[in-house]
Amino acid sequence: MAHDLGFWTLQTLNALQLSMLLFLLSIGLTVIFGLMHFVNLAHGSLYALGAYFAASLAAVGGYWMGFFLAPVAVAGIGILLYSGFIKRMRKSGPMAQVLVTFGLIFALLDLTRIFWGDLALAIEVPSALAGRLDFLGVEYPAYRLFIIVLGVAIFGLLAFVLGRTQIGAMIRAGVDNDAMAACLGINVERMFFVVFCVGCALAGLAGAVAAPLLSVTPDMGLHVLIPTLIVIVIGGLGSLKGAIAGSLIYGFVQTFGAVLAPQLASVLIYALLAAVLVIKPVGLFPARG
Amino acid sequence: MKRAILAALGLASSFTLPASAEDIKVGLLLPFSGVYAALGNDIETGFNLALEHFGGETDATFEILKEDTEVKPPVALGKAKKLILQDKVDVMAGIVSSGVLGAVRDLVHGANVPLIVANAGNDEATGANCSPFITRMSFSNGQVNRPMGKWLHDQGIGKVFTLAPDYAAGRQMIDGFVSTFAKAGGKIVGQEFTPFQKTQDFGPYLAKAKASGADAVFVFYAGGEAISFVKQYDSFGLKSDLPLYGSGFLTSPLYVNAEGPAAEGVITALHYVPTIESPANETFAQAFEAKTGRVPSEFAVQGYDAARALIEASKTGANDRETLANALRQVSFEGPRGKLSIDPATNNIVQPIYVYETVMGENGLTQKVLAQLSAEADPANGCEMAPVSK
Repeated sequence: MAHDLGFWTLQTLNALQLSMLLFLLSIGLTVIFGLMHFVNLAHGSLYALGAYFAASLAAVGGYWMGFFLAPVAVAGIGILLYSGFIKRMRKSGPMAQVLVTFGLIFALLDLTRIFWGDLALAIEVPSALAGRLDFLGVEYPAYRLFIIVLGVAIFGLLAFVLGRTQIGAMIRAGVDNDAMAACLGINVERMFFVVFCVGCALAGLAGAVAAPLLSVTPDMGLHVLIPTLIVIVIGGLGSLKGAIAGSLIYGFVQTFGAVLAPQLASVLIYALLAAVLVIKPVGLFPARG
Repeated sequence: MKRAILAALGLASSFTLPASAEDIKVGLLLPFSGVYAALGNDIETGFNLALEHFGGETDATFEILKEDTEVKPPVALGKAKKLILQDKVDVMAGIVSSGVLGAVRDLVHGANVPLIVANAGNDEATGANCSPFITRMSFSNGQVNRPMGKWLHDQGIGKVFTLAPDYAAGRQMIDGFVSTFAKAGGKIVGQEFTPFQKTQDFGPYLAKAKASGADAVFVFYAGGEAISFVKQYDSFGLKSDLPLYGSGFLTSPLYVNAEGPAAEGVITALHYVPTIESPANETFAQAFEAKTGRVPSEFAVQGYDAARALIEASKTGANDRETLANALRQVSFEGPRGKLSIDPATNNIVQPIYVYETVMGENGLTQKVLAQLSAEADPANGCEMAPVSK
């Protein structure tokens, strides 16, 4: 394996890019999970919807319109889901929730097929981010760098909101002990609703960001669900730190697994997941100690 | 009210025309939902188009019964049983996924029902697992890629890196290419098989291909993976230094528009390209475009030729399971793909392979045929079956 430094820099950037994409997806899911104790398996479908909205909007008003409006549209779908299903399912136990959201995956998949057709859609990378940049001695696609920067920015923003603001303190209180938070006068239910919508919007954003890199197909949500679940199980439920750590672990194991041990590439991450579950079943950085 | 609707539905479904003497019942087994629905729809459109174009040439009339396989082998097996036992079809056509073909193979073989395969390319289906009742009008995985090995070496490319998804079709496609490329004197400097449908980011593999010192990259990807791959290959700027070659499914007309300018200059080989210049292809392509507004894909032509084969078989007077199966093995005609015939030793199609480049035309991306490589019958691959009875 005689590769030069540039090769490893390139692979590190690849790993970071994948991690950040997964981070955008898993942060929404993990906070909903941690705060509401709600298992939303349809999170991947929201990601797919984000990509479809972005593709449709990009066809009308260019990439940036899709980038900014797709998360809003997906948050709108989130509101529908919340008032239609999730509010009623709050008290019905994890098994019923898993079954309902699992069913939603297939309902949403077929709805996207009906609305947008079976053929794959695509978005072009915006012209400002087309081409490649010289970065640390390697040529790297500008759009991938953009994903890394965006991921870091969203992480920074969420870390600030959750750690330094009153709303963040309320959310953390809700994750820690929702009954006690409610006793202290926090409208926990409304907070759940807002957090759920933000989580949905982030999934939509992830879809809009992934669309130019991948292809927009009805089953893209299904393919991304398992990696997202692995991320939050490794990282620990409900915490920002867990989501970023899980994403980075997933991204690096997947990328360097593919480079160093390609035969094991698809197994490595599952082996790691099993190891984490055996050694530390709550994940590396769970929200509740 | 509900009961009235149910009753009406029941009436409607039990209302079928009485079968005439020459009526051939055809069961169409295709995915109309799930990940391959686009393929199923194209095949069906092609199939119906051929019935329109050539149906008048035979005395037989065809009654079509559609069933959705959902690309799930157990579902498909149930639907095939229904078609064979309950509807008593004379012949079946369709099958997109090789997994589905594997699931229904023993059933159709045991029930002596002829099956015209309109896509599934698994080499074994016309190799070790061949059956006198299964005729393939589409392609075999090896067949599509074998001629490309020698052609690529003749272009002065000596060292190649290969990439494909890690499943049976991916391996068979690459093996087909590698066998002839190595025989011609070419060298494979690296091979990777990416986790099938679990790989979203091809970046790690592309960096490896770049570092391998290859002259070119040869790949097989299809569907969503093909789109992601071609776009990511271009975004890393590899296309200029490391030309991309592959199996023609990579830049299929069904997906090439989603790939956009990234697909420009990619050279691949396939059994059909919509820009083949022949009267048969022009008739077909124009009729297909008039119907759908899209250029026909290789899947559409497979459906078209599957129906055409059925019509040709019925022209010999065949009208039941046994005679149709026998007649299908001897079919040969000139279609949009050129001269086609069935090799009775394996029941696989014998057809020319086209090398084409994806280029920017006046109305978006189009295919420029670079070479037509002559048709070769597949090796028997362990297929042993009774010869055709004359």
